[in-house]
Amino acid sequence: MAKIECPECGEQIEMTGIVTVCPKCGADLREVMQAVEHERDERMKTIARDDSVTTHEFIVRTRDLKKIYVMGEIEVPALRDIDLDVRRGEYLSIMGPSGSGKSTLFNMIGGLDKPTAGRCFIEEVDMAQLDAFELAWLRCRKIGYIFQTFNLIPVMTALENVTLPMIFAGMGTDEMMDRGRELLTLVGLGDRLDHKPYELSGGQQQRVAVARALANSPAIVLADEPTGNLDLHTGKEIIDLLKELNQASGVTVISATHDLKMIDVSDRIVHIRDGKIERIEHRHEIELEVGGMGR
Amino acid sequence: MLDVDGLARLTEQKDKESIKIQRQITLPWSEAVRISVRNVTIRLGRTMITASGIVLGIAFLSSVWTSGVIQDGLQQAQLQQERELVAATASDQAESDSAESEATAGPSETEKQAQGSKRIWLVVMSLLVCGVGITNAMLMSVTERFREIGTMKCLGALDNFIVRLFLIEAIALGILGSVLGTILGHLAMLGIFAIRERSLSVAAKMDWSQMLTYLLLCVLIGAVLSLVSAIAPAVRAARMRPAAALQSEI
Repeated sequence: MAKIECPECGEQIEMTGIVTVCPKCGADLREVMQAVEHERDERMKTIARDDSVTTHEFIVRTRDLKKIYVMGEIEVPALRDIDLDVRRGEYLSIMGPSGSGKSTLFNMIGGLDKPTAGRCFIEEVDMAQLDAFELAWLRCRKIGYIFQTFNLIPVMTALENVTLPMIFAGMGTDEMMDRGRELLTLVGLGDRLDHKPYELSGGQQQRVAVARALANSPAIVLADEPTGNLDLHTGKEIIDLLKELNQASGVTVISATHDLKMIDVSDRIVHIRDGKIERIEHRHEIELEVGGMGR
Repeated sequence: MLDVDGLARLTEQKDKESIKIQRQITLPWSEAVRISVRNVTIRLGRTMITASGIVLGIAFLSSVWTSGVIQDGLQQAQLQQERELVAATASDQAESDSAESEATAGPSETEKQAQGSKRIWLVVMSLLVCGVGITNAMLMSVTERFREIGTMKCLGALDNFIVRLFLIEAIALGILGSVLGTILGHLAMLGIFAIRERSLSVAAKMDWSQMLTYLLLCVLIGAVLSLVSAIAPAVRAARMRPAAALQSEI
């Protein structure tokens, strides 16, 4: 509790907000109290500003994130108080057995579902505060999604799938087509532009999905089991592609997975079990462990 | 193996400092129409099944109205014939004859009324049939695409984009199906009456302006019904959270 000094007699008085006159000499204290409050407000503001600077390296933060699914009369907790900070430019893997809450966490971070309690911040913006338009904008421009089942629009060609988010972003047709072609060429599908998803192999479909996720230069690429439906070799290719992307442009990659191939490329691995973070491994720790075993 | 520079250039972070949340998301009408029309034309098989619900319902309605108009035309022609017959006979017998014709006109009036109410009953029934058929077809075509809707929402589509896409599709399907159904029902009835009367004169005997009004009404009803019945499922699908829509399995 802050103390103030009586300007008349020098008595130290605790500031409670109730007492406005000096108990000793009866002098009016309101002016002094206002000055103290003002000073405190200013200090709080600068702290808040400093805070935003220091925490800005985190592109995603979750605080006490909870999700409870209600199945009939039973409540099934999928996430229990998840606190997770993801650095900008990081390659983060969320690992855990199926049913551990990986995908639920993925949905929360991606703004695809609402948490039961707790908060999720994207670049310090609380997602719960966003209206439908802002949320759509965020999904369109700032987050790229990759799914286990590819989720391409079946009636559209590879190029159309990639350009769809650009239509929503209001890009001009020519620019859109050029960019779509470039992106598809980058992921190695320059000769498959006009193929429909069913005419492409699983790995190729996932490449289209990667290109689509990059359509509007997102800050975050969210991947939910990106290799789950792929064989070992194609899975590795997709992982490499994501890693290259992460290193080349500093895009933050967050992927929910139980593919052990991901360990090699991840900066950090968050292990989740029963909706709680079990432990977080850093890459250098793992490398040390592996090195130790080799010796 | 990978063009890293190209990748970096294409996905360069323009505003590294901070993202300012904005709201501007667009779907131009031209694009919406293009996507919807493609959706209709590309799944031709599925579209046909959906459309056949509309076609059958509207064909029923169209046939009921066509048969009504044809019957009216035939009756009118018969009356005309009788009147000509009366005019042809001697003029001094006119009074007794006209009394006679009035006497025959009496029961035909009540008959007409009975026929009219039967026709209204048929129209209501056929409206019900095509209403149910169209609603069912639209409901199915929306629910089987929940995943697609979820994906679109992940890519930044607003609820109203989804609704817009489906409504354009419903209207296109509705107009297409009703035009087809109207023609089908109309021709079927014309054929049936032509065979029954053993002449093609039925077409000449009916009131074409009335017929055309009914046919246009059929198309209009079909289009409106398919639009209205698509609204509820489309809105429901659009409002789903993307996570829920993506998980749905059909």
